[in-house]
Amino acid sequence: MSRRLAWLSGSGVMGLSAQAQASGWNMPVGVTDISAEIYSLHMTIFWICVVIGLVVFGVMFYSLFRYRRSRHPEAANFHENTTVEVIWTTLPLLILVGMAVPATATLKKMYDTSDAELDVMVTGQQWRWRYEYLGEEVAFTSNMSTPRAQIRGEEPFGEHYLLEVDRPLVLPINRKVRFLFTADDVIHSWWVPDFAVKQDTIPGFVNENWVRINEPGIYRGQCAELCGMDHGFMPIVVHALEEDEFDAWLAERRDEAAEEALGVDRDWALEELMARGEEVYGAICASCHQVEGQGMLPTFPALAGNERLIDDLAWHSDTVINGVSGTAMPAFRSTLNPVELAAVLTYTRNAWGNDTGDTVQPAQIAEQLAR
Amino acid sequence: MASKLPKPPLEHSASGAGAAASEAHAAPPKGILRWLLTTNHKEIGSLYLIFSLIMFFIGGIFALVVRLELFQPGLQFVDPEFFNQMTTMHGLIMVFAAVMPAFTGLANWMIPLQIGAPDMALPRLNNFSFWLLPVAFILLLSTLLMPGGGPNFGWTFYAPLSTTYAPPSTTFFILAMHIAGISSILGAINIIATILNMRAPGMRMMDMPLFVWTWLITAFLLIAVMPVLAGVITMMLLDINFGTSFFDAAGGGDPVLFQHLFWFFGHPEVYIMILPAFGIVSAIIPTFARKPLFGYASMVYATASIAILSFLVWAHHMFVVGLPLVAELFFMYTTMLIAVPTGVKVFNWITTLFQGSITFETPMLFALAFVVLFTIGGFSGLMLAIAPADFQYHDTYFVVAHFHYVLVPGAIFSIMAGVYYWLPKWTGHYPSETLGRWHFWLSVIGVNLTFFPMHFSGLAGMPRRIPDYALQFADFNLVSSLGAFLFGLSQLLFVVVIVKCVRGGEKAPAKAWEGAEDLEWSVPSPAPLHTFETPPHVTPQPHP
Repeated sequence: MSRRLAWLSGSGVMGLSAQAQASGWNMPVGVTDISAEIYSLHMTIFWICVVIGLVVFGVMFYSLFRYRRSRHPEAANFHENTTVEVIWTTLPLLILVGMAVPATATLKKMYDTSDAELDVMVTGQQWRWRYEYLGEEVAFTSNMSTPRAQIRGEEPFGEHYLLEVDRPLVLPINRKVRFLFTADDVIHSWWVPDFAVKQDTIPGFVNENWVRINEPGIYRGQCAELCGMDHGFMPIVVHALEEDEFDAWLAERRDEAAEEALGVDRDWALEELMARGEEVYGAICASCHQVEGQGMLPTFPALAGNERLIDDLAWHSDTVINGVSGTAMPAFRSTLNPVELAAVLTYTRNAWGNDTGDTVQPAQIAEQLAR
Repeated sequence: MASKLPKPPLEHSASGAGAAASEAHAAPPKGILRWLLTTNHKEIGSLYLIFSLIMFFIGGIFALVVRLELFQPGLQFVDPEFFNQMTTMHGLIMVFAAVMPAFTGLANWMIPLQIGAPDMALPRLNNFSFWLLPVAFILLLSTLLMPGGGPNFGWTFYAPLSTTYAPPSTTFFILAMHIAGISSILGAINIIATILNMRAPGMRMMDMPLFVWTWLITAFLLIAVMPVLAGVITMMLLDINFGTSFFDAAGGGDPVLFQHLFWFFGHPEVYIMILPAFGIVSAIIPTFARKPLFGYASMVYATASIAILSFLVWAHHMFVVGLPLVAELFFMYTTMLIAVPTGVKVFNWITTLFQGSITFETPMLFALAFVVLFTIGGFSGLMLAIAPADFQYHDTYFVVAHFHYVLVPGAIFSIMAGVYYWLPKWTGHYPSETLGRWHFWLSVIGVNLTFFPMHFSGLAGMPRRIPDYALQFADFNLVSSLGAFLFGLSQLLFVVVIVKCVRGGEKAPAKAWEGAEDLEWSVPSPAPLHTFETPPHVTPQPHP
């Protein structure tokens, strides 16, 4: 918890007054030029439909009322009229062309990802997001922070139930930010309604989209593509900061990352690794292997009392670092740093009665990664 | 107008027709064997319809489990894993086991009667097509009891969630879909063979009732796309069990390829579920407006245009998948084009009403509700076609609202309209008008309470296929859930109406509805087991 607070302190995020609220009944206008254009396309096509609907249903209900049998016992017998048929084929065609022109213009702008000032790699993982500021040496994962007790109804709902995370994505306003989207396992979809950015993250592919935020604030979204069990529990939170605040935040994260890199060279105590490992395990592993390491058969094996894990450290670390192809177990080689990998290995080897007494040192892992 | 009906062959109107007919054929076996071995299009039609009604309730119960969990925020009743199985099975059962077999059942019963044929062209194949279905769907439902549970990846089963990350039962799911697909293809072949070869002498293509036309076009769609579905699930099977990597990026495969193949099948599939509905409504509205269908020829051409366009629009389901700009534009334009022939159909129905002499029996109520509510589904479809806006709509409850408007008060209301319309022909009795009206009004209210709020929850930002949601969506979901239970429970009335109608009720004459025109109304009600053994002669005349 203290790490999470440290994450936000000093960035000024907590003091932000602008809180983007969900709009209630309609699509949000959003906080980018594109989102406002999309909103206006949405409202235009909506009103076109309303007008057509009023005319069509008007004629229909008039006919039902005026030509009911009690008032109109003898039906007419006409069944063709080339003129009206030509009119009601061409008129909709013209309306559609009128609609296609502005839609095409907006779409072209959405596809122009050139001249970005910041590149952020967004990686979907079951069931969290990983953000990497390309060229800045800053990367982190972002997990839902709503306690499971709230979901199970044991605690009252918080204000941002299901739409809150431990580490939000932090972005500057007024700068063009290009997103590069990919995924480690299945297809996810990164969606923030206030940006009108929704893009599938696909394993093995990199998609692009971009945003230039006009107003500082906190913006929330969710994964939009069914991605397995916890699809409903991988929210997105973006903190949009003034440019100078963002630069300060980024510098601070860079320093922190450098400090963490130094940790690889020193010897860690068991307790230290266990504490860090529990944090990593809770954020990364527990959604499948469960908090108590009991797993969820048949897809997710138990770790508590897992004999192979206890007996074979080399196999254990290889599984975590490289994943198991053809199964749901992803490779964590690039997702976690050597300290985090060592900590989570140590934790799983000693928690829930596994009691091997092993400490896995970050230096060992760094060496294994280098091989 | 009545003069258009050909004189029924004498033997059908004679009271001894049944006995005479059964002498001409071997006596059918008794008990269960009769139904297992029947090659009679009416009996097979009934089997299809009963099967589909049972599946409609099973798929409905799955939907109610989903709506129960979504009644309030938080997880109260099921865990997310089971929730995903319920959304998946609801979709699969409703699409493949309820709506499609219901239309096939109506086709079996009505196409031979509407074209003056004694039976389907390939009666034994017809029997086989039906009996594949219970096999397929018992297998599919049994996956729910297997270790790891049933399919949990949505009815669209996107890879790699449905391959590398799928439960072990997925192989059985694939087998079940193969069997159901074979059933559909065989059924479609039979329908095409029947319509092209067995029309009564004198009946030209442009004399056929629209239900026959729409089914002919639907059958060609089925033959074109079911093999694509078979191909894509076979590729899944290979990925899962034989180490290939069609959809696995780690082995050089392409998860997006899956979506292209799936929707190349999936979009025509959507029209497979709506074209026969157009046919039913085009029969009912003229009957109760007592006025010929407006624009018969343009209806046929519009149906054919929709069918052709359906092969050119599949990637509008994939606007946020990362398609190149040119592809986005192409699929946006073709999708918008579909509004034109669809609009023509709606305008034709409404012009048919204009200056008619209209009454509002239950089949007509369902048909009119179809026109209004299907059009609302069409409007949201037009909105979804606008690719930039789709970046906001995609995979939200707005989409759920859209396709349920097209499928429930669209396809399913048309099936109900058809059942109320043709029950007198099937059973010899009119369905209860009082109960029918109750069923209709409760269904209309239930359907709108369920699906209209979904437009709002979707626009406000609620993604689909989530077992729990943020607090701002709570009110909409509460209303949707209440509506769903109202709609679900009122369908029990439908069963009551059908059972009562089979058992007795007001006797229906051969021509059960005053304004009805087509050939099926020339045979007695109930239609004897064998009809049109001597083909009626249809005098060629401009339609109608």
